[in-house]
Amino acid sequence: MDNLNSLLDGFAAILTPGNLLIALIGVTIGTAVGMLPGLGTAMAIALLLPITYGMEPTQAFIMFGGIFYGGMYGGSTTAILLNTPGQSSSVVTVLEGFKMAKNGRGGQALATAAIGSFVAGTIATIALVFVTPITVDFAIGLGAPEYFAIMMLALVATASVLGSSRIRGFASLLVGLVIGTIGIDAVTGQQRLTYGVPELANGIDIVVVAVGAFAVGEALWTAARRKNGGDEIIPVGRVWMGKSDWRRSWGPWLRGSALGFPFGAVPAGGAEVPTFLSYVTERRLSKHKKEFGNGAIEGVAGPEAANNASAAGTLVPMLALGLPCNATAAVMLAAFQTYGIQPGPLLFEKESALVWTLIAGLFVGNAMLLVLNMPLIPMWVKLLRIPKPYLFAGILFFASMGAYATSGQAFELYILIVLGLIGLAMRRFGIPMLPMIVGVILGPMAERQARMSLQLSGGDLSGLIGGPVSWTVYAIVAVIALWPLVSLVRRRATREKEPVAA
Amino acid sequence: MTVESEAAVEETEAPEPKRDLAQLWVCGFLAVLGILVIVDASRLGGFSASNDPIGPKPVPILLGVLLFAVAALYALDVLRGGHGEDEGKHAGDHYDWKTIGLLCAVFIANALLIDWLGWVISGSLLFWGAAIVLGSRRYFLALAAGVVLGLATFYGFAIGLGLGLPAGILQGIL
Repeated sequence: MDNLNSLLDGFAAILTPGNLLIALIGVTIGTAVGMLPGLGTAMAIALLLPITYGMEPTQAFIMFGGIFYGGMYGGSTTAILLNTPGQSSSVVTVLEGFKMAKNGRGGQALATAAIGSFVAGTIATIALVFVTPITVDFAIGLGAPEYFAIMMLALVATASVLGSSRIRGFASLLVGLVIGTIGIDAVTGQQRLTYGVPELANGIDIVVVAVGAFAVGEALWTAARRKNGGDEIIPVGRVWMGKSDWRRSWGPWLRGSALGFPFGAVPAGGAEVPTFLSYVTERRLSKHKKEFGNGAIEGVAGPEAANNASAAGTLVPMLALGLPCNATAAVMLAAFQTYGIQPGPLLFEKESALVWTLIAGLFVGNAMLLVLNMPLIPMWVKLLRIPKPYLFAGILFFASMGAYATSGQAFELYILIVLGLIGLAMRRFGIPMLPMIVGVILGPMAERQARMSLQLSGGDLSGLIGGPVSWTVYAIVAVIALWPLVSLVRRRATREKEPVAA
Repeated sequence: MTVESEAAVEETEAPEPKRDLAQLWVCGFLAVLGILVIVDASRLGGFSASNDPIGPKPVPILLGVLLFAVAALYALDVLRGGHGEDEGKHAGDHYDWKTIGLLCAVFIANALLIDWLGWVISGSLLFWGAAIVLGSRRYFLALAAGVVLGLATFYGFAIGLGLGLPAGILQGIL
């Protein structure tokens, strides 16, 4: 009940003209960046972070929440009309959505995606309201060794579960951890990895890392493949749904929400797996199996709902434990740190008003998005016609502005271009970006927790292992880490059998 | 899912092994990074105090060792025909190095000029240069858009929201 009262206070705080305007700006920017292929919500928040230094933290987070939810809506529009996923979580939507658009049912596809996103967003945000305090109650009893264990789990899981190649995930993670180590050591005051460059003593700002890897990297990537041709946009008619569309959509919406939220809430669960699972489930359950592959509405409704629900789910570990599980949550976590706020179990006690206003803002933003998206989609589609030179010139412009503003030194711009080149190389070689970003943020936090645990145990290494909670967590880490060995053994076994069978 | 897709890649590659050896540059980068990290760590004082039993040294050393290990395994994977997330679809792409170089040059020009000329001028030039390099042929429109953006961000964010952008030689005029 306490929480519901706090949530009502949150609603009271957000329903002022100023805050509503900020939420509207947030969802508008979010939809825009979600639609434009190559831009993402993580990049948008990283770019906007320096601009919000002059705002109240509450207002900044209302805006970030709006961007986060808006990005999910925008991504589906691009997937349906352009046959390109605007975000990696919209990959599945492309399968049926683009086919529907080609068959002249683009309006219905967009409608089921938008309404489904609204339904899933609402359900998942309600789940967030109830699940987060429970997680906090659990987390409040945890000590430094347990935190260290959970952080190790998050690091290992992001590097190995997502993406198709573990070794590339770990390479990305290690680069992130090294970047996170640069600067003055918080405990002893010694400079690490600065090689005598005074500007590096304060470390490399996560904003610069995120903007460099996402924004500058993407601009360079576009420059590198400039002549690879453009995309064709399918025109949309009116965005609406008939009776049979409603009947076929509501089930997938609910099932998608149920699949998406838990995956989002688990470290490294992400949005890709639940959207894919939702697609497979709907194909199996559908009465219109033949339509799958040719534009079945269930194949858009389910994955889009799963996508939005998982987005809300990722906020649970971020708010309750201070753990980022996707790139956007990672940048939002960095934003909390910039404001001197430490996410984690104490957040709900210390910054209760901020958190509940943020959550109320999610509900409001979600409702705004439905209104903004349903009738205005044809207008949004015009955004896809901005010529690429201006789009990426603008991105470089804002990236430079934001990076310079983090410290007021031109030195940040050199770091930005170096990280942009690293981002370019990662795109070229198919190395995932998320482990690096998570490594930059979690690396220093994990080191601090480890050293704190050893401090408590007086240097005895057993202090690092802690109690039953961390044993369990380490067991999960071990399973994730050793899984490829298991499959290797299995593959060897089948290979040995083959010649016998032949 | 991971295992299946890896297996699938191997199967399709079996008749015609096409290795993307450019990936070895990444391994080289990781190994060099490992050397840098370990050299730096060996220079750190390895003292331990009662409030910090392990000191700042173990973490970078561990990272350095892991970097070598990952670089080696990565190289092994590349030699066995491994690919990244995109399954190596960019392996044979033609890259427009001239455009990348020019874009970097425009970017670095901004970094060199920003403190002297101020954000409004250097930022406008950045937008204009980047738009031209990326293929815009409407020189005046791009320049006008750059100047508008430069002025709008300076007034809006630097003066309005207190963002730390330099006025440069236009100090006193803006």
